Amino acid sequence: MSIPEMDWGPLWLTMQLAAVTVVVLLIVGTPLAWWLAFTKSRLRTLVEAVVALPIVLPPTVLGFYLLIALGPLGWIGGLWMELTGSPLSFTFAGLVIASSFYSLPFVVQPLHGAFEAVGKNPLEAAWALGASKLDAFFSVASPMAIRGYLSAIVLGFAHTLGEFGVVLMVGGNIPGVTKVLSIAIYDHVEVLEYSQAHFLSAFLLIFSFLILTIVYTVNRRLPVHVS
Amino acid sequence: MSQLDAKFKIEYPGFHFNAECTMPLDGTTAVFGTSGSGKTTLLRCIAGLTRVSKGYLKFGQDMWQDEHTFVPIQQRRVGVVFQDARLFPHLNAKQNLEYGMKRVQALDRRIEFEQVVGLLGLERLLERRSHHLSGGEQQRVAIGRALLTSPQLLLMDEPLASLDQERKKEILPFIQRLNQELQIPVLYVSHDLNEILQLANHMVLMKEGKVVATGPIQEVFARLDLPGLVEPNMVGAILETRIADHEPEFGLTRVEFEGRSLFIPKQELPVGAPLRVQIHARDVSLVVGEPAASSSVLNSLEATVVEIEESPRDQYAMEVKLDVGCPLLAMITRKSFHQLNLQPGQKVHAHFKAVALS
Repeated sequence: MSIPEMDWGPLWLTMQLAAVTVVVLLIVGTPLAWWLAFTKSRLRTLVEAVVALPIVLPPTVLGFYLLIALGPLGWIGGLWMELTGSPLSFTFAGLVIASSFYSLPFVVQPLHGAFEAVGKNPLEAAWALGASKLDAFFSVASPMAIRGYLSAIVLGFAHTLGEFGVVLMVGGNIPGVTKVLSIAIYDHVEVLEYSQAHFLSAFLLIFSFLILTIVYTVNRRLPVHVS
Repeated sequence: MSQLDAKFKIEYPGFHFNAECTMPLDGTTAVFGTSGSGKTTLLRCIAGLTRVSKGYLKFGQDMWQDEHTFVPIQQRRVGVVFQDARLFPHLNAKQNLEYGMKRVQALDRRIEFEQVVGLLGLERLLERRSHHLSGGEQQRVAIGRALLTSPQLLLMDEPLASLDQERKKEILPFIQRLNQELQIPVLYVSHDLNEILQLANHMVLMKEGKVVATGPIQEVFARLDLPGLVEPNMVGAILETRIADHEPEFGLTRVEFEGRSLFIPKQELPVGAPLRVQIHARDVSLVVGEPAASSSVLNSLEATVVEIEESPRDQYAMEVKLDVGCPLLAMITRKSFHQLNLQPGQKVHAHFKAVALS
């Protein structure tokens, strides 16, 4: 089988989307996971449940609500409209926001677990040695939670790669803007372009396999032992 | 001499913590009590790790906590050594030691890296990460790490409790040297009287969230009114002595204190070395009148009876407080007490066996 004439756009777009989403989620997810790990508030279980929702909800349900929220009349889309003057739905930015909701638990849960494993004890030790709370976070908690970060990045990235239902609802299928890999594969199958579908699917399969293998290998060799 | 004044009140469900004490900022102060007596809570309040709404803490001239003030732990400049060493696992021993040192302003740095490494014998451990260190080694690094912040006060929370007997013996001498060589006041929390007897100059005794006695360790150990807090076998006088000479043929060492000498089982210490010796109250017997010219008892001192009380620890015993130049405590039977007809002020001879505290 010869390599078919390929449109690399969806692949490139997917990588961009996954990378941006992971960065957004690390910034938002770290304080959230930290709060979940250390708070004594009763709201904790409620927030935990909300964070886990995307795991159990059908992507179309999540996508449906996001479509409404991101639309020009929705609270996110409306706010965006006021700030930027352009709509959010069916754009790359809208897709990033949607993916961030969709992949939230895959970033927050590993971080939450990692921070809980670090616990308060090393932080107290760091404070007693003169480190401010922020200093202690960066110099002690983060390096100790490195495995959690690695899992969070990989799971968040991989999960965004495979996103289909939410994208279809929120982003549509605009080449170069919102047409990501999984949707491209679906399109190819629809019009019976099996060789292209094969190629993209195999690429996604091998890529996912490789990245997971690398992560598990690195993870084993990381010299951090949190006991 | 500057001192630390502390007063903390917390109401936990089922536990009332209401501790008030003053301790000198000099030498080692031991906080002793059974588990659950509030020792660690007191230490955490002093460190600033636990914030109590009703609290007062004055360190020398500095107000650390009152209604308006709460100095955060980072600015108190206290070293804390926890029961579990809490080394940072992503750093090696050297990086752990430097962690606090780097965060101290150059002006406040009084303790040198090499000095601490030498004092705690860490030379060969520096490149190792904590999981390649034994429990005792980890604790030594943790002590060094705290010292390198040049703290104004070193707080140690049961630093030896998680170690076996061998490791304890390995570390105790290091802790004993801290005070002599670095002049940092130490607050040492422990439930192990043996450790305290070896280390402390001053003592805070806690029970059920309250401070029940404070004072120099010799006084606290010779007090007759602390029933049940100190085990009967541990009660007795503590003497600060120096090695005078050895009598290897008899397996004995002679030590001196305040111009008197006594014999103890042979010690492996050079002549002139300081040694703390304890005389347990149960090991003291009293003789009224001239002592027999020849006796098998090696240690005999002239003593004055100061105080006599029924023993709170043993219903058939009396406790007699004596003065031999320092307080000495004797536990005698009720029968002996009646036969000797002891009175305060009376001159007696005390015969006893002494043991080294090391």
